[in-house]
Amino acid sequence: MRSKRTILDAVLDRSTIVALIAVLVLVAFVMNAFAPPVFVDVYTYLCVSLIMVLGLQMFMGNSGILNWTYVGFVGIGAFVASICSTPAAVKAMGVPNMYPALVEINMPVLPALLIGGFVAAAVAAAVAWPLMRLSDAVGVITLFAALIVIHVIMTQWDNVTNGPRTFFGVPFFTTLWIAVIGACITLVAAHLFRESSLGLRLRASRDDRHAAKAIGINVVAVRYFSFVASSFIAGVGGGLWAHYITSFSPKSFYITEAFLLLTMLVVGGAGSISGAFSGTVIVTVMRELLRQLEGWLNNSGVISFEVYGLTEVSVAILLIVILIWRPGGIIGGSEIRLPFARKK
Amino acid sequence: MSGEFVINTLSLGSLYALMALGLVFVYGILKLVNFAYGEYIMVAGYGMYVLGIYTPTPWWATMIIAVLLAALTSYLTELVAFRPVRTKSLNAMLVTSFAVSVLLQNAVLLIVSPRARAVPLPAAFNASVTLFGVTTPLRNILTIITAVVLLAGLTLLMKYTVLGIAMRAAADKFTTTRLMGVQANMVISVAFIISGLLAGVVSIFWVGRSSSVDPLIGAAPLLIAFIATVMGGMNSLMGAVVGGFVYGLLFNVLSITLPASMVNYRDAFMFVIVILFLLFRPEGIIRGSYTEERVG
Repeated sequence: MRSKRTILDAVLDRSTIVALIAVLVLVAFVMNAFAPPVFVDVYTYLCVSLIMVLGLQMFMGNSGILNWTYVGFVGIGAFVASICSTPAAVKAMGVPNMYPALVEINMPVLPALLIGGFVAAAVAAAVAWPLMRLSDAVGVITLFAALIVIHVIMTQWDNVTNGPRTFFGVPFFTTLWIAVIGACITLVAAHLFRESSLGLRLRASRDDRHAAKAIGINVVAVRYFSFVASSFIAGVGGGLWAHYITSFSPKSFYITEAFLLLTMLVVGGAGSISGAFSGTVIVTVMRELLRQLEGWLNNSGVISFEVYGLTEVSVAILLIVILIWRPGGIIGGSEIRLPFARKK
Repeated sequence: MSGEFVINTLSLGSLYALMALGLVFVYGILKLVNFAYGEYIMVAGYGMYVLGIYTPTPWWATMIIAVLLAALTSYLTELVAFRPVRTKSLNAMLVTSFAVSVLLQNAVLLIVSPRARAVPLPAAFNASVTLFGVTTPLRNILTIITAVVLLAGLTLLMKYTVLGIAMRAAADKFTTTRLMGVQANMVISVAFIISGLLAGVVSIFWVGRSSSVDPLIGAAPLLIAFIATVMGGMNSLMGAVVGGFVYGLLFNVLSITLPASMVNYRDAFMFVIVILFLLFRPEGIIRGSYTEERVG
């Protein structure tokens, strides 16, 4: 028998998510009030990254399948949303070969973001079923191959994406508060997904797919729906990113970025939302500091040669060290809990 | 079928077969797709660059040292990065291999330069020779000869030495092989060293095509090895070799037959083929031992 639940119970049950959202919003207020614009920029970027990493966590963290293709769906969302929201005149100038029907489209940013998400999810839904049948090394290769296919199409289909050249003139939309609100919504969504029946079945299939099949879980179907849901968030996240950065090219949705998102997820711990959250924060902060250092080294003339790649080297070392010492990530597979929250 | 096409395809196929073989040596035993494999090729390329430009080392010694350097890099990455995570999840190992790849690439970026560097090679390497009425760079003929010699040597090693038998057994059933008293670390280290040696040899010919080396030079060979192994069969060494030649053939045929507007999509076609292979014939052209990697 379940006793009557109060709002307080519901909040305490979700203490992790409540705490994470509280931190996110509180820091946003502080940033907004006191911090210089550089910090606000970094924080906005962090929130957008968080949305993407949480979407990645939804599928990868709960299914145990290394999802290389994810960043491809981020790209699809970014392009679709940008095509929808960018004024026709800008597109006609910036993307000379674009199909006339696409040039005419123009709508506010919010519906454009959603359409980006839906298109990404639709593409995922169209191709994912057979891919979800594969596990382990073969599954990883397939998803990696799928990323390359998406990338080749993005760089070659210049009637839509402007080919390998930059797509510019996207209206700026993703302010600090938009990014924070988006991150909060995604946090709740990722949490609800993880605790839902679908999420639970997906996690069961991750821990032992034969046992999961034996108790009647349709592993392929469970993976499929989660993959599509995760791709939707990828699409929306990509759209938000595009409306923050305002000009980009297909290069931004390839192996380097896939690796960065994976690092953020794996460093904190792919198995939990608090892991995804902390990994994103740690990697973003570390990268920003190192980039400042790199810039300072190059400009101040302390050393006689230009420094490239210091950031990437350090992030890669961090990742290897984490994988050796704490392969489950810093937080690991279970959510952090506030001290006053009771155990389930 | 002109003679030129045959020689081109054979030489391209030989090179691709060596690339694929290097990748599959590690995959067979650890089930690890080593994303850092391309970087062994890059390291050997930079070895040739440094030795060729800054030291008076003769070209043959440069090449030998470069190959050994690739093998050493491969061994060191195994020792430092892969061994500690080997017992953890497959994902941990895959992400590690990717991190190693990023690390090596950016280390070169940091230490040398993001720009391409010219690699001095003996002039004879690119000289044209005429064979059976076909004029082709000597490099192409050398590729074929090297591949034949290496494949023969590796076949003998795998068939008739204790080490080879242990490695084949480990690729089949690793746990059982360990129960038979074969040391896991030794077998895996040797696999990485052979993989690195092959990467070094590939590097000589791959770098030889453009006579220059840049931090991203390993990316293309990695992807080629990837496709070739999947097509040929990921669970057998023979499969990798066959896959390499099939890919060389397919690549040349697609390059000739695809209309100009579609040539840019060639890579997409290749990877769609990879996906189709994995879905419908995951064991590849050459069937290896039984593996369970699919649900539903």
